[in-house]
Order: sequence, then C-alpha cells, then structure tokens
Amino acid sequence: MSEVLVLVDHADGVVKKPTYELLTIARRLGEPSAVFIGPAAQGAEVAEKVKKYGAEKVYVIDDAQIKGYLVAPKAEALEQLAGSTSPAAILIPSSYEGKEIAARLAIKLESGLITDAVDVQAGEGGPVTTQSVFAGNYTVQARVTRGTPIITVKPNAAAPEESEGAGTVEEFATTVSDAAKGAQIVASQPRQATGRPELTEAAIVVSGGRGVGSKENFTVIEGLADALGAAVGASRAAVDSGWMPHSFQVGQTGKTVSPQLYVANGISGAIQHRAGMQTSKTIVAVNKDEEAPIFELVDFGVVGDLHTVLPAATAKINDRKG
Amino acid sequence: MNIVVCVKHVPDATGDRHFEQDFTVDRVGVDGLLSELDEYAVEQALQIIEKRPDEEHTVTALCVGPEKAVDAVRKALQMGCGAGAHVLDDSIAGSDAAATSLVLAKAVEKLGAERPVDLVVCGMASTDGAMSVIPAMLAERLGLPQVTLASVIETQGDQVRIKRDSDAATEVIGATMPLVLSVTDQSGEARYPSFKGIMAAKKKPLEIFSLADLGLEPALVGLSVAWSAVEDTTARPPRTAGEVVKDEDGSGASALTDFLATKKFI
Repeated sequence: MSEVLVLVDHADGVVKKPTYELLTIARRLGEPSAVFIGPAAQGAEVAEKVKKYGAEKVYVIDDAQIKGYLVAPKAEALEQLAGSTSPAAILIPSSYEGKEIAARLAIKLESGLITDAVDVQAGEGGPVTTQSVFAGNYTVQARVTRGTPIITVKPNAAAPEESEGAGTVEEFATTVSDAAKGAQIVASQPRQATGRPELTEAAIVVSGGRGVGSKENFTVIEGLADALGAAVGASRAAVDSGWMPHSFQVGQTGKTVSPQLYVANGISGAIQHRAGMQTSKTIVAVNKDEEAPIFELVDFGVVGDLHTVLPAATAKINDRKG
Repeated sequence: MNIVVCVKHVPDATGDRHFEQDFTVDRVGVDGLLSELDEYAVEQALQIIEKRPDEEHTVTALCVGPEKAVDAVRKALQMGCGAGAHVLDDSIAGSDAAATSLVLAKAVEKLGAERPVDLVVCGMASTDGAMSVIPAMLAERLGLPQVTLASVIETQGDQVRIKRDSDAATEVIGATMPLVLSVTDQSGEARYPSFKGIMAAKKKPLEIFSLADLGLEPALVGLSVAWSAVEDTTARPPRTAGEVVKDEDGSGASALTDFLATKKFI
C-alpha cells in the first residue's frame, strides 16, 4: 500500500486533535505517515502520540531553518519529502496556514488541490472529498485528477479512531532556499489559552452577537458555555464592536464551525454568519426579535431577552449537573 | 510604486447561487458584484499610496472572468484605482485555482513589463469559492514572498510590515518588496465611490487582455484541464424551522434547558 502523508498539527510539539482525525482518514486511503515539522528533539514524543492512531512512519523535519518564516519553507520541505516518498495523497489541516502550504505545494508538484474537505473516502480514481460550499447551501463531491492529491481537511471531518501503528521515526533532512525566507516572522504573541475547547474543534459552541450589548455582558455567554463545556464564539458585529477578539469570530471571515450544538444569542443570522455555522447539527437561538432570520434555521428558539434567559438557563443546567 | 490589486467578480451571496450542469458556478445567470473581501484589498492599496504622496504611483485593478466581470474592475476604478485590466477569454471558463493563478501571474508580469510591480494586493478569500489559496499560488508562480491576512499594513521604502491574527498567534511579519499581500476585513472599512469618483472612472484606462496577449496557450486553462474535478453537487435541504417559544416569566429558560436535556447536551 502507498504512503499517505499527514502533516501534524501541533503547538510547540503538543499534537492537536485534527492530527488524529487526519490519520484516521489516511488509513482509508493507504498507509499513514505522519510528518512532524518542529524541533527534532520532540520527534520521539510526537511519534508516541501519532502511532496510536495508525502512523506507520513518522518523518521528523527539524524546523531550525523553517520556524522564523511564513509558509514557503514548509512547502519546500513537503515538496522534497513528496519527491522521495511518492505518496498516494497528502493530507493537511485546513487552517489558514495549512491552506497556504497546500497552495504552494500544489503549484510545485503540479498537483490538484482540494480545500476544506469535511469528509474524504477512498474511491476508484483516488480519494473522493466532500465539501460544504455557498455558505453551507450545497455539498460538493470532488476528486483530484492530476498529480498527487493534496487535500486540506477541516476539523471534525472524522471521529479519531485508535489503531496501533509502528511509528518508526525517520529524520528527513531538507534544504530551504533563500527565496523561501522572504516573509519573516518579526514578533509573535501566542493567543492566551481560555481553558475552553478550541472553537473549530468543539462539540458545542455558544456565541454572542450585537444583542449581548457590551464586552462585560459576554460573561453571560461565557457562563452558559462553561455550563455546557462549550467554546465561546462571536458574530462579526460583536467583534467589530471590540467586545471579543477576532479569533472568536464565527462566519465568512472568521472561523467555520460545525459542532453538534450551536447556540446563537443576540445574533440576527446574516448570510455572513450563517456561512460559518449553518452546517451545525443542532442549532438553538435566543433573540429578542422574533423576526430575526436566525429563527429560520433553528431546531429550537426562544424569543426573549438573552440577559434574563441565559443566566436562568445556566443556573438550571448547573443544578441538573448537580 | 506599481501596485496591482486582484479583484474578483462573484455571484451575489444574498441571491440564489447555484451550479451549471457541468458543475461550474453559474456566473452568467445571476447578479454579480465585486467580491466584498476584495474591496478591502482595493482600500488598502489606495491607503498605501495615499501615505506616500511624494512618489509616483500606479494602482491597477486586475480581474479574470467573463464579460460582465469587468464590473468588478469598474467598481475598483470608482473607488480610486488609476487603471484597470481584464483578462477575458472564453478558454478560461471553468478554470480551477491553479489555472487562475497562472493567468493572474502572467497578467501581473505583463503589467510590470515597463515598470516592475512592487506589490500585488489580494483579499483574504473570494466570497464564492472561498479557498483562500490564490495569494499563495500567485506568490509561488511569481517566485515572490507572500505576506497574508494582514489587518494592519505599513510600508517604508521597499519594506512592508504587517500585523495579523494567524491561527494561533498575533504576529508581526516583515518582508521586502516585491511581494504578494493579502488583507482581511479587519484592515478597515472600504470607501464608497464618490460621485466624482464614479464620473472619473469612466475616463480611466481599461485594458482587455486575451490569453494570446499574455503568451498563454488556451490548452493550459479551462475546465477540461483542471487539476481537480467536481463529480456531483447537492443542494442542502433547507433547514426546517423547529419550535420557537416566547419567554414569559422565565418559561424560556426552562424550555431551553428541557430541550438541551432531551437532546442529551446536559
């Protein structure tokens, strides 16, 4: 069976959940090989994690020449690895960085690229992907028809399934051209951990919009989120008002989420917001305005003031949990 | 400076967007407009030159698409771009992102034939395909650095410095022109065309390029040679509206909690 390369999604060597989802998908297509671009010293530790999800090989690419720059050196490293492994497919997490790496790699390898897959299955002519397009109004089945299929996969595209792989570590030496070092990271301030689940990976998302009214009032949203073990999201209106940082934004120009449960509070439901949440399994809304378009999408809605409904519901939920 | 802004003409997201029988996006039978996210690119290109009043600048809005796509260029001219370029060729229909980036790259080279292009400015994504890959593909094709997802942009001489919110961190990125820049909707409200701008736009130069003008073989672009193929599209069934209750004396919170418990979210 041919190898399927999976680019490991990690933060300072801590492997993130989408990696396991990608490895689970890779097993449908061939023999999974994890590709870790990071400090070589962390390679063995990463291998221990990814072999539990079926990684037969773990390519460790030391990032000493890579980490200070935007995506171009990573694309070069993957190009070189693809050249020596001739993989059946390359799976990359569908983050902004992942998509940019994939974009450069596709041109280098003259290979087809499919982004934002929400499902990938083996097919006769290669992997068949499912994407959700036009603000979630259509699903599209597609296939790469040239070169090595390069597919960026969204979080939650598969439930991670454990399966023991060999996890053999191979250090892979790459050369980075000077041309790839053109965009330098001058400063980087990691986002503060909130202690809540990652927005794009969470099973439940509780969001607030214009109706929340102020930065301080977001504690109402956070309270419900914590009672449900959920991530906190915000509409563009709430972000533009400065109540929440942009990293919390759900919608066309923020994050696209597809959780089991999405609770929209004080959010009218403009097309730009829908684009980011319409594929959620269950949708609940609380809004004062009974004409708000969000109510066209909901499985359950409450017409009422979120400032009274949410704290009361939060208290009831906490009571039930005991 | 010589700046090129890439602008895309897209189906109106508030209208009924759908596919043709060959699974390409219907771009003819629907209302279209300049992609909202490209307005921010036009705005930032204009702000960059306005902050450098002592130099001579050209800002060209560049578009690839069918005949009516020229409306995207026109809007950019009304906003203040000095010139327009439209790559119009029937062979391009159905092109994937890889082929589109090839056409854009050749057009940028053409626009830089006499005076090298310093900056190519793009939006963060189109509002139709929404792949967010064109800036990176274009940079790869042109052999340039890409500085993407900028929310704050500063230039000094040939240096560019941007601030951005990336996936996991807030970053400052530095690079030397020429380069490809993409900007987000956080970079600042895009200006509306003024009446004066609308009148002036009618007199601004607008070049039409065919593939031959760009030295490109038609066989390199279009649906039949795309590197990926859509095999099926399915309209998502509209969500059927569920139960909506009115909150009266705390009934809303109880009903909400009951619903969440029934669905086993508690």
